[in-house]
Amino acid sequence: MSNQETETNYVSFREEKGKYKGILAWIFSTDHKRIGLLYLYSIVSFFIIGVGLGAAMKLELLAPGKTIMDPATYNAIFTLHGVIMIFLVVVPGLPAVFGNFFLPIMIGAKDVAFPKLNLLSWWVYVVGALIALSALFMGGGPPDTGWTFYAPYSFKTNTNMLPAVLGAFVLGFSSILTGINFIVTIHRLRAPGMSWFRLPLFPWTLYGTAWIQILATPIVGITLLMIVGERLLNIGFFDPALGGDPILYQHLFWIYSHPAVYIMILPAMGAISEIIPTFANKSIFGYKAIVISTLAIAFVGYFVWGHHMFTSGMSGTALYTFSFLTFLVAIPSAIKVFNWVGTLHKASIQLEAPFFWAASFLFVFMIGGLSGLALGALATNVHLHDTAFVVAHFHFIVFGGVGFAFMGAIHYWFPKMYGRMYNTKVATTGWLFFFIGFCTLYLPMFFLGIDGMPRRYYDYVERFHGPNIVSTIGSWVMIIGLIIIIANLIKGAYSGAKTSKNPWGGRTLEWEVDSPPTLENFEEIPVIERSPYDYR
Amino acid sequence: MIDKTTQNASTFVSQVDSAFLFIFGVALFFLFAITAVMVYYIYRYQKSKNPVATHIEGSTKLEIVWTVIPTILVLVMFSYGWSGWKNQREIPDDAMPVKAIARMWSFAFEYPNGMVTDTLIVPKDRPIKLDLVAQDVIHSMYIPAFRVKQDMVPGKKSNIWFESEREGKYEIFCAEYCGLRHSYMMSAVKVIPEGDFDKWMEENKALEDATGGTNKRLAGVSVLRKYGCNACHTVDGSKLVGPSYKGIIGSTRTVITDGQERQVVGDEDYIRRSIYEPNADIVKGFDKGLMLSYKDQVTEEELQHLIEYFKSLSE
Repeated sequence: MSNQETETNYVSFREEKGKYKGILAWIFSTDHKRIGLLYLYSIVSFFIIGVGLGAAMKLELLAPGKTIMDPATYNAIFTLHGVIMIFLVVVPGLPAVFGNFFLPIMIGAKDVAFPKLNLLSWWVYVVGALIALSALFMGGGPPDTGWTFYAPYSFKTNTNMLPAVLGAFVLGFSSILTGINFIVTIHRLRAPGMSWFRLPLFPWTLYGTAWIQILATPIVGITLLMIVGERLLNIGFFDPALGGDPILYQHLFWIYSHPAVYIMILPAMGAISEIIPTFANKSIFGYKAIVISTLAIAFVGYFVWGHHMFTSGMSGTALYTFSFLTFLVAIPSAIKVFNWVGTLHKASIQLEAPFFWAASFLFVFMIGGLSGLALGALATNVHLHDTAFVVAHFHFIVFGGVGFAFMGAIHYWFPKMYGRMYNTKVATTGWLFFFIGFCTLYLPMFFLGIDGMPRRYYDYVERFHGPNIVSTIGSWVMIIGLIIIIANLIKGAYSGAKTSKNPWGGRTLEWEVDSPPTLENFEEIPVIERSPYDYR
Repeated sequence: MIDKTTQNASTFVSQVDSAFLFIFGVALFFLFAITAVMVYYIYRYQKSKNPVATHIEGSTKLEIVWTVIPTILVLVMFSYGWSGWKNQREIPDDAMPVKAIARMWSFAFEYPNGMVTDTLIVPKDRPIKLDLVAQDVIHSMYIPAFRVKQDMVPGKKSNIWFESEREGKYEIFCAEYCGLRHSYMMSAVKVIPEGDFDKWMEENKALEDATGGTNKRLAGVSVLRKYGCNACHTVDGSKLVGPSYKGIIGSTRTVITDGQERQVVGDEDYIRRSIYEPNADIVKGFDKGLMLSYKDQVTEEELQHLIEYFKSLSE
């Protein structure tokens, strides 16, 4: 705070005067920080829509039979929930928001390598999102295929699935552009002295993620184009009625969509690896082990897609190979968890909202990961595949893992992004509601799945009623938490107390620049002479 | 897993459940142990209790320990899962084949003697092989009590087998999302003593021979059952996915043909057209494209049974 008053020429990136005024100064800005915030506002808006759809589904499942909607609406809602949450929220998620904002600062650069490409990728994202959402308002109604668009059902339905598919296709390009930008930035723009093993862990995970984005996203692009070709020109790639193979579709879809899970979770792990040492006031335990496990996950993650298809009728050899590789990918995740917990040993922990998010991340991520073991083993997978157990498992990973890390990251970096602090007590209350609501919402689904309730079910037999009631109540508690959190952050952004450069005592470079940073982040590019988490 | 009534429901249950127990046991142990350690550290090393942190960069020994232990555990889980599943792929030669047919949104079962039912009835203690056929989109045969599941992919042959050791009635669900009425696509397996099963086979065969062509009602109903028509149509006049059979014959119906509204009479030709070209005329108030053509499936003889039966519903 005192810092800002003494420097007379301090102008934050938020107040910087450019070529345009008002909103144009944002949507045409090539500043990585403004683009990061554009992504934040877009992603949070879509997230709120997605949460609303999810809550509507939970309300419908409160009781057997029709509760609030008919089956056609329900099917459209779970499809939209999936499409919005996966393609518009979680895949861009942390890299687009915090990667854009903090990657250049954390490696000591003034911007990403290609600022204009960066702005283009946001625009491509917006156009893709609009195309996908146009499915809602065109004749035929919203798609009802599930976000996986499985053939041949996706060719038989009369609903508007093409816009959703084309939207996902366009969004893929946004992802690829961001990936290329980050890889070049990390290779070329690191500050002098920042060797690869002095790179903080969040940039490391962005690096692993970026490679997956570049290498895996084109496959889903091609696959989605094949669907378009099949629907418009009747080519017959996937539809058995035209001589195609529906299993081919599943392979192509999951070759992308499984690595996509790592696109989502790696940066989340990166953010957690930043939060934990800062609040522990202590160097992260096993920096190199975390880096190597990040790269191992990114690499092995390419070869496990078949575990989504254990009951599809693949050969036995394919099944045990995929099962084996799936178990291998569990090991680096376990190593990370041990290192995070190890960091807390003999630490000096500040109990603040970002740390609570990080600690609860560990808990929900462990539930997500450990429940995945039962899905990786063949005998148990056969029983659990396509049941509510799978839904619970991936919500614990994707919503629990990525969502909690996102929440942790926004509470951690908020003072840097806005130069103001939110009410920390309210933030902790919001976290508590959210955490309890989250567990109440998804834990019962494990029991439903073990008991045999298939997923994507509009209606169910009476014996599944009890856990569904608990689950629906959990969704209400979680939404109360979410409202508290968002209201608190908005209030903090407008009227929170002004904050210093380094309110948490972080050691990475972003805590050495102003809050909020200036347009060029650094007046002078720093020279790096120590590891990123040296708290001595 | 939870339900005691599924114990020995099939010969797979004990093996699959012991794999479950092992995996969940290890998972819960680690979940509680790691969480406990974490919570203890957070309590013990909070700033007020431990103002200065000790600088520790890591420990190669520990990294090796916590790489090797999980590796061993997951390899054990892998082999548990693999061996528990292998039996499900080794179909005994003497298994009784039953064809299981799935289409939006019903199952049908065809026995070696040609009989068709909508509930799977099988003898206890005899291996049953289900040849899975999907007629439209992907479905999945899921019998939770037996711990078996296999996708039913159109144009692709697949099969599963099981042997039940316990009499009872067990649910069958469709586990792969297949459209509007996916959650209503269910059936049941009824496991009965071997003697009862043979007797039931005989009786039904005899019944079918005797009634073929004479009992119109039964003949029509068995055609409806064979093709799963009742998943979308009713006999009592109520509206489901498609119109009810009741009162079709002889009625004047408003249909949409190529976007034009017109009136048609519910006669034999109309019924035939509705089954062979279901999307040509859509009754006003219903959606197009939900029904597939049954041209290569429903025979002319079966069609006559249906028409006779529908007539009886309009009387």
